[in-house]
Amino acid sequence: MFGDIGTYLSSPGNRDLVLQQLLEHIYLSLLPLVLGLLVAIPLGWTATRFRWLRGLLLGGANILYTIPSLALFVILPAIIGTGITSPVNVIVALTLYTATLLVRPVVDALEAVPQHVVAAAVAMGYRPLARFFAVELPLAVPVLAAGARVASVSNISLVSVGALVGIGGLGLLFTKGFEIDYLPPIIIGILLTLILALIVDLLIVLLRNMLTRWQRVGAHVGGGS
Amino acid sequence: MIEFRDVTKKYPDGTVAVDELNLTVEAGTITVFVGPSGCGKTTSLRMVNRMIDPSAGEVLIDGEDVRKSDPALLRRGIGYVIQQAGLFPHRTVLDNVATVPLLSGWTKAKARTRAAELLETVGLPAEMGKRFPAQLSGGQQQRVGVARALAADPPILLMDEPFSAVDPVVREGLQDELLRLQGELDKTIVFVTHDIDEAVRLGEKVAVFRQGGVLAQYDAPAEILARPADDFVSDFVGRDRGYRGLSFVDNEGLPIGQVDTVLVGGAHSPSQQWTLVLVDGDKPRGWLAPGSTVDGEWTTADALAGGSLYTRGTPLRGALDAALSSPAGLGVVVDDAGAYAGVVTAEEVLKVIESRRETAE
Ligand SMILES: Nc1ncnc2c1ncn2[C@@H]1O[C@H](COP(=O)(O)OP(=O)(O)O)[C@@H](O)[C@H]1O
Ligand SMILES: [Mg+2]
Repeated sequence: MFGDIGTYLSSPGNRDLVLQQLLEHIYLSLLPLVLGLLVAIPLGWTATRFRWLRGLLLGGANILYTIPSLALFVILPAIIGTGITSPVNVIVALTLYTATLLVRPVVDALEAVPQHVVAAAVAMGYRPLARFFAVELPLAVPVLAAGARVASVSNISLVSVGALVGIGGLGLLFTKGFEIDYLPPIIIGILLTLILALIVDLLIVLLRNMLTRWQRVGAHVGGGS
Repeated sequence: MIEFRDVTKKYPDGTVAVDELNLTVEAGTITVFVGPSGCGKTTSLRMVNRMIDPSAGEVLIDGEDVRKSDPALLRRGIGYVIQQAGLFPHRTVLDNVATVPLLSGWTKAKARTRAAELLETVGLPAEMGKRFPAQLSGGQQQRVGVARALAADPPILLMDEPFSAVDPVVREGLQDELLRLQGELDKTIVFVTHDIDEAVRLGEKVAVFRQGGVLAQYDAPAEILARPADDFVSDFVGRDRGYRGLSFVDNEGLPIGQVDTVLVGGAHSPSQQWTLVLVDGDKPRGWLAPGSTVDGEWTTADALAGGSLYTRGTPLRGALDAALSSPAGLGVVVDDAGAYAGVVTAEEVLKVIESRRETAE
């Protein structure tokens, strides 16, 4: 078994293919993660500021999320006018998924910022936008990170589905392997997908820890007044 | 100077939180807004820095309508301290304190230097600057809150129940600290509390609010204690009043005044002043209201019950009790033998207490 994998990888052509699909996979899954965050944050913020938008946005997000990924990959080219095998489809689709997945946590996180902290920020003389970046967003990081972890795993696995409609990524190794009825590329594809998901998750956790040092200090060590 | 002119605040749901408030806060004084919960104190306070805008009337700072100022800039010039301190949990203590200077465009280095100075001013060790708010006790957080409000050296300080959430011993320390700070800084402070003790302790002027956002009385604290404007105020100051802290003060330096006296059985021409009735030559028995007349001799039945007596040399708390329980607003002072020695007003007693506290610092 492992010998077969070794044999498969000993060919420079195969190695290049694996590496290329890995990079493609990273690109196709992580770019939408970042884009989705960038979309979800302002949407969530707007939803907290305008009550009527809140229901609309959260409802819309729920509906979008229920559309199967394969269907979205197929429908999107018709809507946005791209070729069926264009990577743009995957990027747009996964950005949509990520944004819909994250918009509720963003709303929840922003609403969970204690009122007295917000009031203090207003009273100190922050304008709304500056206050958002200085106070509300940093305090939302733990919730955002939790959402991003779910979205990253979801994106990494969904990119593999893209191979079914001819888009690159590690999923291509599965389809190739099935075509020629040869196991090694399939196993390599699965392993790399898993490792990628784990590493990205680890990176998100590290980034979160860096940004939330304040959350992990022991509470209240000073007695008296 | 802060002026409220016919200020009314009606919330969209119809609640009238503040009803035609007219009041002037003198520059360089501590003015306390006191009253039961929901009587519009916070709303009134927040109309000063435009966190809330009035529905009618205007709020002026040094003669200028606050609505003419840009809210964010206005707020950077007005310190604000709230009950839960409202510290930013994700910033170190030092960066919390540096907030307003940074917003006002100071360099990071300068803002931090200033913040470190202020930690010292409010009595916190410099090392605490590196901590996060969650690592501080409630009292320490409040001190940081005060330091943060003072950082850009604003002339006005708004404080909304800043010490209500800390335990009584810590609270007293914080109150002392505030009085000491005010001695140095000479800010115009508006302080909100629901605690009449705290109001009397801190306020040079006290505004008592009642439900519906109506100002019930605005006066010096001693005046409010001695002469409540109506039943609401007298209930309010009576219910919450307790002079526990004063029992430790001795009475030297208390100015004692004199009033007209009349002996039971003696003759008395009607007076426009309160007159003290004495029995057995020198023992206080009760009061005659201004303008009282009676046919023939005075009897003890003509005297209004006189309230408690204050024996010289005993803790000042007794003097305050005497003044407050007296229908004349004057506490009767007696010597060890129970003989009439003079009278004191609640205001004088409070002044002595005040100066004690200052010299004790
Ligand atoms: N945003 C608001 N909308 C409606 N009513 C409010 C609002 N804020 C405060 N109130 C009401 O206004 C009244 C005064 O409130 P507040 O100024 O907070 O009182 P206090 O600070 O004296 O407790 C209360 O009856 C309160 O319920
Ligand atoms: Mg209040």
